[in-house]
This record gives sequence, C-alpha cells and structure tokens, in this order.
Amino acid sequence: MPIILDHVSYIYGQDTEMSVKALKDINLVLPDGQFIGIIGHTGSGKSTLVQHLNGLIRATEGHIYYNGEDIYEKDYNMKELRSKVGLVFQYPEHQLFETDVFSDVCFGPKNLGLDKKETQLRAYDALRKVGLPDECFYQSPFDLSGGQKRRVAIAGVLAMKPQVLVLDEPTAGLDPKGRKEILDQIAGLQKETGMTIILVSHSMEDVAEYVDRIIVMNRGEVMYDGIPAEVFRNYRELEAVGLAAPQVTYIMHKLRERGMDVNADATTIGEAAEEIVKAIGRQSRVSTPGWGGNP
Amino acid sequence: MNTAGSTIVKTDKLAFEYIRRDEEGNVEGITRAVDDVSLDMRQGEFIAILGHNGSGKSTLAKHINAILYPTEGTVWVDGMDTCDDEQLWNIRQTAGMVFQNPDNQIIGQVVEEDVGFGPENMGVPTAEIWERVEESLRAVGMYEYRKYSPNKLSGGQKQRVSIAGVLAMHPKCIVLDEPTAMLDPNGRREVIRAVRGLNEVEGVTVILITHYMEEIIHADRVFVMDKGKVAMEGTPRRIFSQVEKLKELRLDVPQVTLLAYELQKQGIALPDGILTQEEFVRELLKLCAGG
Repeated sequence: MPIILDHVSYIYGQDTEMSVKALKDINLVLPDGQFIGIIGHTGSGKSTLVQHLNGLIRATEGHIYYNGEDIYEKDYNMKELRSKVGLVFQYPEHQLFETDVFSDVCFGPKNLGLDKKETQLRAYDALRKVGLPDECFYQSPFDLSGGQKRRVAIAGVLAMKPQVLVLDEPTAGLDPKGRKEILDQIAGLQKETGMTIILVSHSMEDVAEYVDRIIVMNRGEVMYDGIPAEVFRNYRELEAVGLAAPQVTYIMHKLRERGMDVNADATTIGEAAEEIVKAIGRQSRVSTPGWGGNP
Repeated sequence: MNTAGSTIVKTDKLAFEYIRRDEEGNVEGITRAVDDVSLDMRQGEFIAILGHNGSGKSTLAKHINAILYPTEGTVWVDGMDTCDDEQLWNIRQTAGMVFQNPDNQIIGQVVEEDVGFGPENMGVPTAEIWERVEESLRAVGMYEYRKYSPNKLSGGQKQRVSIAGVLAMHPKCIVLDEPTAMLDPNGRREVIRAVRGLNEVEGVTVILITHYMEEIIHADRVFVMDKGKVAMEGTPRRIFSQVEKLKELRLDVPQVTLLAYELQKQGIALPDGILTQEEFVRELLKLCAGG
C-alpha cells in the first residue's frame, strides 16, 4: 500500500517571528516497490519531507496516509509506522553506539519487543543483506572502515524489516567504489524484497543510474516529478535552482546542438554509449568512408 | 597554473604509524597509514590527491601543517622541518587547512569576524586585518555576505568563508581535505571555482583531496594513494587514461572519460584520457566527419 501525501505543508517555528515555510502544499503518491530519488539543493526541503514519512515531523497542514490510514489519527500506532518506514540519516555511522556490530544491529528489533531468537535472526539477515563479512560481526563498530560502518547503520534499520527504506545521502564521504557498492546493494535489496526505496542524493549521476523516478524539490515545493530522462531534459531549469544534470546528459545535448543525430535523453553512461554507437552507425550508412572506427 | 616555482612541500621517506590500543591501553597493533612517501610540491602548483577511504591521503595531508608528525622520515614546508616546534606557527601560517565539515570550522558570529580571527591571532595590526578580510572575502566571492551570520549561509558559502579564513593568514599553500563532500552540486561548483581562482589568480599552492573525479581535471599533478604509498602520479590526463587501474584502487574517472572509454571498447577510435565535455564533443565530431 502506498504512502500518500495530501496537501502537506510544514512551517518551522510556527507562531514565532522566525517562522519558515519549509514545505508548501505537497501532493505525492509513493507506491509500493518504487525506487525513488529525491534531489534538491541544501535547504530545498527534501530532508524535511522525508522526516514526515515516518512521523518524525508532523505536518502543520494536510494529511499523510500510510496503507490507507491517516497517520495523524488520534489512535494511530506511530511506533509501528516507524518500524515500517525506516529512515537512515546522513552520516548514520555517528549513531552507532554498541560494543560490537551484532548488538548494534539487534537494538532496533529488540526494541520492537521481539524475542531473542527472532531479534538475532533478523540482525544476522540484515548484516548479510548489506554485505558485511561475518568476521566483522563481533568487532567494535568503531574499528570498521567508513563504508563498513555505514553498512552496519543501514543494517540496523533493515533489521526492523521496513516496507519503505528512506536513505538521506547514504554515500556522502565514501570513495567511488564504496559509493557504488552501497548503491548496488540497495538496488539489489529493492529487487529481492520489493521494498520501496527513497534515496535523497546530491549526486545526479547516482540518481540517474539507479532510480525509476525522480522528485525534484525546490523552495519547499515539488518542481519536477518523473522518470530520469524527463526530469533531466530540464537541465537549464535545474541549474537555475542549484542542481545539474548528469555529465552525459550535457554531452548528448552538445552533440545534438552540433548537428549529431542523437537522442539527447540519455542519463547514464550505458545509454549514452548505445545512443552514440547507433548514431554513428546511421551516419556511416549514409556517408561514404569510415568514421575512424576499427570494428 | 604551473610556474614550476621553488619547492613548497617536500617529504622524504615519510612514514606514519597509528598505534591501536584496547580498552586497557595495551597495544593491539600498529597501522602504517603512510608508508615511505617521498614527494615534492612546487610553489603555485595545483595538486590533487586521490585515494580510497583509508588509503592514507588525509594522514598525509595532516603532516603538511604539522597536525601530525612523522613516525619516520621528514616533512619540510617552505624549508621548515615540521618537527621543529619553534617553527610550528610559521608552518601553520604557511600551509593552511580546510576540512570537510564547514560547521566545525566556523567560530565567528559574523562572517567578517570569522575571517579576521586568523590574522588577529597572528597579531596583525587592526587596519591590516580589515584589508585582509576584505581581499580574502572578495577572492572567494563572499564579500557581499560579510555582515551575515554564518549559520544563515548555505554549505558552499560556509565552505568559502572557511577558505577565506585561511586565505586571510596569507598562506603560501592551502590544503583542502574533501571540502565538497557535504555539499550539493551548486555548492561544489562554487567551492571548486573559488579554489581554482586562488591558484590561478592569487598563485597560492593548492593541495586538494577529493573523491569527486570531475573536480581535479584542471590540476597540474595528481597523486593517487593506496595502502599509505603513492600508487600513481602524473597529470590528470595520464592518470585518467588508466581506467582499469583506477578501478582496482577503488576510484573512478570522470563520467566524460568513462563514456569515451566505453566507446573505445566498442571500437570507436577516441583518444585516451578525454577530460572535458568540450574535448569529447570535438573529438567525436572529428571522427564522424570522416576522421
């Protein structure tokens, strides 16, 4: 069942002189099983938005429905909501605190009131899902590398078996390989379990590579909402609000402007390469000698 | 800008060991974070340091302004041995440092006050402090914000204020340790533009550590660290021509370079190590025109 945001607005410091309208009349449907990317410059409202999804912040106006129920109803079970919509904050490794990795991951399910056996099963399963090697399970989380710590933190949320996993910049500060590993694992999880993934990111390249749908936030409003190719077609407007398109999108547009017959919608390297090879193929059929290739 | 000036940073067989201890303080093991590094950086160069998490690049950087001291070997900054305590303040004034998180570096209530903190601590006369604050803020494009409270600024703006704060101490060299890791695309662009300006206009030696490959295509030289050693060294073009080797070192190449590489694999004869979009478009169109 989807999450529905119906006319959601949020004001920080309402009824004070410093009040700031962080979200303005947001209407969104987040269906099950989608891989959604949220982009926006610092202060655009994206983190405020995702904190609404599990009730950490309460909208000043509007309604949020999860599985058809209004989460602001008086007797709504917020605790259950928080186990179903898991939120992984920025730099989640700062929240690790236990003496060993395994106990840290057990913390969430234990708090849900599960018995010891189920707790441990879930912790084990979650650590396997994030690809942490077994020999790390009984180490102190503080002795792990940055990428490993982050995986432990993600496992801590996964162990609650959420149906929706929200990750706020899960790859910030990681090296390129570490970024790819974490995102591959998240994508794998999504395929395997069918859970909804909501990825907040500053990397247009990562978003283009992994998600099915992009929501662009600007000044507390949804500016664009669509598949990557559609959204990044508006690269000039995105730049005006402090964002960008992936580098390959710019290249495709430049090639097109300079007269090459390519579809400029490519947003990933794979798509761009395929498009260019096709365009060259078409061209070499019509014009005579080769184009410098060695097939 | 590569004017091949005099040596500003030199390391000779530099090694640094972290000693890991358990809760009782007993030695558990030793990690050699930097291992036998000998290198030279010249005044006015734009140097980039790449390396995966844990490769030793930050540890190396912290030797340049004497936050860490070598376990073995020597580091000289503008001819001063960093182990010489008497030179400590001169070294820190010569080589300034900017860190990843802007919120941990800003202390002033007002932007200009924050930027003036460094020179004031050095005992610079008041009139000159104001001159330095103004020129530093102008150099990073933050002069209009001089009266702002730093907590009203975006990440990129805060980071530029941090850079201005270092610049106001008139360093010969500035070390930036992942200054853009926490920023949005616009913030990253602003900071990198400011850093390039310092190097090209002000002639400050820049040592930039980053995980974003696109940020260093304009560097004069790149050092790639792995297991505490310098694994590769060269111009960005030379370094980024070695896609497979970089991937082995857990790194990457800019998207443009990677696209060219993918096309090469499919038989399209683009040259190695293409770094910019313009270059890519030019080379591809050249091929299409009948190469």
